[in-house]
Amino acid sequence: MEQTVANDRIMVHVTINGESRQALAEPRTLLAYFIRDTLGLTGTHVGCDTTSCGACTVLLDGIPVKSCTILAVQAAGHEIETVEGLEHNGQLHPLQQAFWDNHGLQCGFCTPGMLMTTTALLRSQDDVNDDDVRRAISGNLCRCTGYVNIVKAVLEAKSRMREGG
Amino acid sequence: MFPNPFQYYAPQSLDEIFQILDKYGDEAKILAGGQSLLPMMKLRLAAPSVLIDVNGISQWANVNAQDQSLQIGALMRHRDWEHALDSRVPLLHSTAVHIADPLVRNRGTMAGSLAHADPAADWGAALLALKASVAIQSAHRLREVPLREFFVDTFTTVLEPQELLTEIRIPLPQNDAFVGARYFKLERKVGDFAVVGVAVTVVLNPEGVVTDAGIGLAAVGATPLAAVNAESLLRGQRLTLDLVQEAASEAAKESDPITDRRGSEDYKRAMVNVFVKRGLTAVHKDWQLQMDISA
Ligand SMILES: Cc1cc2nc3c(=O)[nH]c(=O)nc-3n(C[C@H](O)[C@H](O)[C@H](O)COP(=O)(O)OP(=O)(O)OC[C@H]3O[C@@H](n4cnc5c(N)ncnc54)[C@H](O)[C@@H]3O)c2cc1C
Ligand code: FES
Ligand code: FES
Repeated sequence: MEQTVANDRIMVHVTINGESRQALAEPRTLLAYFIRDTLGLTGTHVGCDTTSCGACTVLLDGIPVKSCTILAVQAAGHEIETVEGLEHNGQLHPLQQAFWDNHGLQCGFCTPGMLMTTTALLRSQDDVNDDDVRRAISGNLCRCTGYVNIVKAVLEAKSRMREGG
Repeated sequence: MFPNPFQYYAPQSLDEIFQILDKYGDEAKILAGGQSLLPMMKLRLAAPSVLIDVNGISQWANVNAQDQSLQIGALMRHRDWEHALDSRVPLLHSTAVHIADPLVRNRGTMAGSLAHADPAADWGAALLALKASVAIQSAHRLREVPLREFFVDTFTTVLEPQELLTEIRIPLPQNDAFVGARYFKLERKVGDFAVVGVAVTVVLNPEGVVTDAGIGLAAVGATPLAAVNAESLLRGQRLTLDLVQEAASEAAKESDPITDRRGSEDYKRAMVNVFVKRGLTAVHKDWQLQMDISA
């Protein structure tokens, strides 16, 4: 049985973007802060810190979750993907490229969360339409773009990825 | 933001959970999806000194159909119903898509939602309409409580600190029965809690007579409510326009909303009326369509 005394830190092993990492964490440390402050991956953003905005979205075993509302110790032994894992050999992921090309971001604060949520969407569904994208990102707030270009970017990324095989 | 310090346990069996509960009593809290508890702990509205993470209880991540009832394990998440439609209980899918946002739905559990007992909980309304019951277990006893006797007050249920909610049980209709359902939710913005939520589920026989009806209400009382008088008006009757209107105004009478920044008492009551009418009408249309197809 895993257990600790209060304030004592536990060793947390995770696979993050395919890499195996381990570090100590207090039980009360939230996953978002573990990823940013302990593992040094600051691509994951903390926006509201109250489970409302989705800026902190990461994939936990492939499923998008708000990393400000899950404990780091709960991710022990699991697989995490963050925005840093999207690019490949210095090449932007087709989704990232499509966000760039379509002005799917302005200040960029919501972008890591948007990208992770839509990564999961495009993996889970072969065919997506405007409605699917809008529904999927309904937990990710953007104060800048008005969403139109984000939706456009995701749809374009999907067709590019299909053409690319 | 981060919670007060606590001890963390991640047991893999019920026995282990009961040992920890026995040791720490009401200092301990169960952590399921964490989508209500962790936000409260971050705001220091809750500060348990021991957290028991039950996400490792694999036997709770199952659904079984047995003896005319659907048995839903305590770790089934909102998302499990968002992505599945069971034609015997269409209300589950119809409700799931309205709960919070997709990210919260990916973690939050049905059992956690019931145990939390927010009066605006969408599952609360839906499962009351479905006449569900819950299995409750402690180290010493196992009991089954109808959901209609489960909610005591806002954020308060009959669960004792040493008890776990292990399963939700929903009675299933006869195989050949027609079941129609709707969940309607008025919300200020996507992902928000309900201003008013209404769950309607109706079983109809081939003659169009209501053999069973359930109406659950969210955010219009101290707990989620069942509109029992409206339900009994419907049973044994055909869904005529008059009857639908009568049931809708009865449900509105049974609701008990308060005026707050989401709306006035009168407005919320009026919305209960509208939603019950809309739900029953839609179910009746579904049934007619079904009859036309099979004719
Ligand atoms: C932004 C946001 C929006 C939301 N909007 C909605 C909404 O529109 N509608 C809605 O219905 N809900 C909404 N919720 C709440 C959400 O549905 C939660 O998932 C749910 O209330 C709690 O489920 P959980 O599994 O996350 O429980 P947790 O947060 O883990 O636990 C909640 C409580 O239940 C207890 N508990 C959990 N499981 C058990 C068990 N098996 N036995 C005994 N006790 C248990 C815990 O100790 C705790 O007290 C929202 C939440 C957020 C963050
Ligand atoms: S920072 Fe996690 S939801 Fe806003
Ligand atoms: S680009 Fe600024 S919040 Fe989305």
